[in-house]
Amino acid sequence: MTVTESHTPEPADLAAAPALAVDGLEMSYVVRGTPRKILRGVTFEVRQGEAYGLVGESGCGKSTTAYAALRYLPSNGVIDAGRVLSGGEELTAMSAIELRKFRAERASMVFQDPVQAVNPVLKIGTQVAEAFQVMGQSKAEARVSALAALERVHIAAPESVMERYPHQLSGGMLQRVVIAMGLACDPTLLVLDEPTTGLDATVEAEVLDLVRELRSELNSAILLIAHNLGVIRTMCDRVGVMYAGRIVEEGTVAEVFDNPSHPYTKGLLNSIPRRGLRKTDSELFSIPGAAPPIGASLPNCTFVDRCPIATDLCRTDVPPIVQRSDGHWTRCHHVDRLDEVPEPEKVTVKYDIGTEQVIGVEGVSKTFRQRGRDVPALVGVNLGFAEGETLGLVGESGSGKSTLAKTMLGVHAPDEGGAITLRGRTMADKATSRIEESVRAISMVFQNPDSALNRAWTVRRILHRSVVKLTGVKGAAADRRVEEIAEGMQLSTRHLDMRPRQLSGGLKQRVAIARAFAGDPEVVVCDEPTSALDVSVQAAILNLLARLQNEERSSYLFISHDIGVVRYLADRIAVMYLGRIMEIGATQTMFEGVNHPYTEALLSAVPSVDGVAENRIPLTGSIPSPANPPPGCVFHTRCHRAIAGLCEVTEPELVELSPGHSIKCHLTVEQLNEPIKADVVATLS
Amino acid sequence: MLRFILRRLMLAFVTLAFLLVIVTLIPNIAPGDPARKIAGGTASPERLMQVTESLGLRDSVLTQLQKLATSVFTLDFGDSFSVAAGEPVMSLVWSALGNSAKLVILALIVIVPLSVLGGLVTAYKKDTWIDRTIINVGIAFSAIPDFVAGVFLLAFLAVPVDFFKVQAAAPPGSSPLVQIQHLLLPVIAVLMVYFGYIARVTRAGTITALDSDYARTAFMRGLSIPQVFRKHIARNALQPTVAVLGTQLGYLFGGMVALERVFGYQGVGNLILRAVDRADYPVLRAGVLAVAVIYMLATLSADLLIAYMNPRARQSLGDN
Amino acid sequence: MSGTQEAGAPAPTPNESTEDATSTESEVPAEGKKQIRKEQFRVLYTSPGFIIGVLIVGFWIVASVLPGILTSFNPKEFVEAGPRVRPSSEAWLGTDKNGWDVYTRVIYGARKILTIAPISTAVAIVVGTFLGLIMGYYKGWVDEILSRVIEAILSIPIILMAIVIIFTFGRSTTVIIGTIAVLFVPAITRTIRSAAIAESDLDYVVSAKMRGESGFFIVTREILPNVTGLVVVEGTVRLGYAIFTYTTLAFLGFVGGNITDADWGIDVSQNYEQIARDIWWPSIFPAAAIASLVIGVNLIADSIDKAVNS
Repeated sequence: MTVTESHTPEPADLAAAPALAVDGLEMSYVVRGTPRKILRGVTFEVRQGEAYGLVGESGCGKSTTAYAALRYLPSNGVIDAGRVLSGGEELTAMSAIELRKFRAERASMVFQDPVQAVNPVLKIGTQVAEAFQVMGQSKAEARVSALAALERVHIAAPESVMERYPHQLSGGMLQRVVIAMGLACDPTLLVLDEPTTGLDATVEAEVLDLVRELRSELNSAILLIAHNLGVIRTMCDRVGVMYAGRIVEEGTVAEVFDNPSHPYTKGLLNSIPRRGLRKTDSELFSIPGAAPPIGASLPNCTFVDRCPIATDLCRTDVPPIVQRSDGHWTRCHHVDRLDEVPEPEKVTVKYDIGTEQVIGVEGVSKTFRQRGRDVPALVGVNLGFAEGETLGLVGESGSGKSTLAKTMLGVHAPDEGGAITLRGRTMADKATSRIEESVRAISMVFQNPDSALNRAWTVRRILHRSVVKLTGVKGAAADRRVEEIAEGMQLSTRHLDMRPRQLSGGLKQRVAIARAFAGDPEVVVCDEPTSALDVSVQAAILNLLARLQNEERSSYLFISHDIGVVRYLADRIAVMYLGRIMEIGATQTMFEGVNHPYTEALLSAVPSVDGVAENRIPLTGSIPSPANPPPGCVFHTRCHRAIAGLCEVTEPELVELSPGHSIKCHLTVEQLNEPIKADVVATLS
Repeated sequence: MLRFILRRLMLAFVTLAFLLVIVTLIPNIAPGDPARKIAGGTASPERLMQVTESLGLRDSVLTQLQKLATSVFTLDFGDSFSVAAGEPVMSLVWSALGNSAKLVILALIVIVPLSVLGGLVTAYKKDTWIDRTIINVGIAFSAIPDFVAGVFLLAFLAVPVDFFKVQAAAPPGSSPLVQIQHLLLPVIAVLMVYFGYIARVTRAGTITALDSDYARTAFMRGLSIPQVFRKHIARNALQPTVAVLGTQLGYLFGGMVALERVFGYQGVGNLILRAVDRADYPVLRAGVLAVAVIYMLATLSADLLIAYMNPRARQSLGDN
Repeated sequence: MSGTQEAGAPAPTPNESTEDATSTESEVPAEGKKQIRKEQFRVLYTSPGFIIGVLIVGFWIVASVLPGILTSFNPKEFVEAGPRVRPSSEAWLGTDKNGWDVYTRVIYGARKILTIAPISTAVAIVVGTFLGLIMGYYKGWVDEILSRVIEAILSIPIILMAIVIIFTFGRSTTVIIGTIAVLFVPAITRTIRSAAIAESDLDYVVSAKMRGESGFFIVTREILPNVTGLVVVEGTVRLGYAIFTYTTLAFLGFVGGNITDADWGIDVSQNYEQIARDIWWPSIFPAAAIASLVIGVNLIADSIDKAVNS
């Protein structure tokens, strides 16, 4: 069980000791007096100037490792064994004062949520300056340094930002501020814990660009924790894959992602849609079984219970470290049998999309009144759903995606003139005044199942109520129907008698999907249904959604910020910006051909797990407030192709470029095809 | 900010108006003849008429309300009937307010630092025996009614130890130090009641702040524990404490009726109690309204202080 | 909370994978239906605070129901020892100025308080929960007006408001129960209201609206079961305050009846002035009784709070 062999992948010819060396680290959390193992011997190094990524699903211990790298332990965290070293000095043996000095002068950490990471009651300037005062600068010096630091992270008008409070800045700006603070000491070691989770793809791309740029200036070692494999691939030199408190595979990003050598890594990579994979090609792989809870006592190979190629040997013996190529190793007994790890199943059924429009969104606008002002959240949206069709809806937060969903479902009434139609017939505005047929025609799967399921109800009651309310079936027939639906979702009878909090995230989302299908809906609105889930769970949910659609012939409005997922599942994609559809077309067309400049920027912002270097088009600034949309084309303020004198004056119409593909832009196909000027492109290396 | 203050004042005004209505209604809806309660069972019919007249009870309720509203703005509630016959009501109220203020201020000086310190220490030592002891003892004490605490103090401190006085009011003309000496026991009683409550609120606020990423960022930056507490924790963690102090200040002025009685102290609570005992409506009305006004002012100041501490609160309070 | 070990053993086909994986709280196996409730009760039963609280409150309940088994005297019976006798074997807790046995009076004094406090708390809880749910779910002008009324009532200390109301309507038991109930409604309403607002923002309520459920159904069937834990906590906390309020009113002489009745608050008020003459037992023992009961109730309230939120 104890894995303490110190592992050095490179010969010890390094001039300096590594910026971070974690050696056989074992840690536990003490919960109600019982220690629960979280790290089971983690060993890795991050050398000066190197970026090292840690990936793994929730609960695998990657964040704990990140904190431990700076010896910041939660109050109930205990180091059982192992050491953490930086520049040859042992953190695990430092006194409190030495540790403080180390943190102040040599290390920095950037947290997941920038809004939480800054003190809400202090001005930005005060906080950034404090980072320099800790280094021994005087108040005046620190202020000058703070200003320079903000300039360095490309914050526009840093003087005025210094005087502002955190709540007055956007998430992306705040993350820049946090990074600026982190760089104050020119750290030898910079730890980034999910630095872009929760940010929009475009903002994420900007922050990542910044980190990349600073890296080349700084020569500091970076430890990056991310669940997004694409982020790791584009940001890091080397990566460690964690499972149940251990690193199971390590190597350069290219080696690990293109030639995964551990069954877990293979499963993980197969569970995300890569290389433009579509639902019509193949299912997504979902790793069988469940990740062990923190503190479980595990066999010698921690992955054995979920491994498709495991043998008895894996239970009795600690798997050896097997070198695959220079610096690429895996911890597996059966590297030779990796080919036996099942590939995702090819899809044989044909996805059949009807021709008749089932649900229509016709000229729908939605204006909210806020403090006496009109805030248009949706402007003249037209959409149609054919039977069995999936329409993907993408756009940054605040673009009106959720408002559209809620208007369709009758939570909001559309403005005068717009209508939601069911087979050509207009539905009532509000759900409460809709006839039964209309109510059951549209249902919704929410982003967060914890919020979407009544925690006081059993799963059976949740499903039963929807069946009774939506289909009118009663008594024994309703009970039968509930069990039928549950079975279709691969929920067992014992799940039916549980309450939501007894279920895992994936199972909860299954219940939510089951409920959405209880009334045999025509359209199911899926609002980011997998964004709170780990990738392998996401894979199972996406497979389920695809299968259900084919069986039930429902249409989906699939809202997601994950372009890869939308590309996998959607037949058509609509791009929204400030309440307007900017582009709509078949998925294939959207990824091949001419795009709206906004789509172009959006697509280029996605960090790809396949490591294809692409030219990224940065979107300058943040999305304007819907209360105060720019005149002319609403996108012109951020557009890299805007035509002066035209775009800021007249709003373009949605014009059809080819059958089914429309964009809302003044530019011609030729103009859109022109290569973008080099100065707006951020090149990835 | 100005918008926030105006809105708060407006809300306070509405609340006050509502109370004004209640206070006006009291003698009108009370069963029996209020005049007889004042003048006594043996009073002559003429005397009863006269009392009814001077109470203004012959007017319609609306007129009474209007008169009372005028009294609030002119700070003139007429003369007392029975508590101190013939004396202006306001002079009684002012003197009672003055006495209450002495007790409250002294109590705050002792309570606030102690309970805030208690809250910070227990938060930092969360789930240790120090935390459990302080919080559990504090909670147990704060459950006990103030007069019970007062009676215990009388028996176990005032009687055996000469230094502590049975009467909270010092003899007239005593020096401030002697006055404080007399007030010590009621202050200790108030401390017993409030310590656990305020310490618990502070503890919760501090734990939230300590758990935050910004506190983590500060520790990671290499700041020492006292530095983190002073610069980052205090202003965030103490906001709930300030809010609670704001509401409790009003209660301290008017809610210590029983405690004031135990120590024979002439505070606002005691004044209202006497007014009720003797059916002195003008004093009763003025006293109740005074307590309400103090409550409004205290909560308003607390909100302003929170707005000063937290820029986000400043914005959201001004908005809606 | 383990069991995933065995559950994960037979490797299912990819399609049937139960991805119970991710969250750290893993699925509770088999007959896990009432597991969480049980867990909560276990936390409750094993907490020392809860046990002590139940013992204290239990003792006073016995005293209020069957005082005869705890004492052979009558609260207004002159005992042989005579008046103002210190605690002794003859009169365990001494006798008061009337020559009555203090111990007997303390035992008999439990009944009234343990009748009035629970009844008024129950009334306040029912009304407060109802109002809080309505205000929190529907919001709008009803909420706006009631909020102002609540604010107005809360701006006057409860004791002060209580003596004014009791003075106005008389000192009958009904008025006292009604007064305590009415004065407790605002605080309860406020707590339940903010919980109801938080619940209304959750997607399960949106989902219920989408399938066309009535407001009544949403409030009573969807939201109410999610705030019952809070209601129970609030109820026990308020019970403590009701005892606090009632004894204070009794001390101030606002509970009607006779000043010779066995009632802790009245006994304290009748005897505390003699403390200065070192006759402490007739007032200190009833005061200690009050203290023990409120502490007992608060210990229970605190343990329930912890169990509900665990």
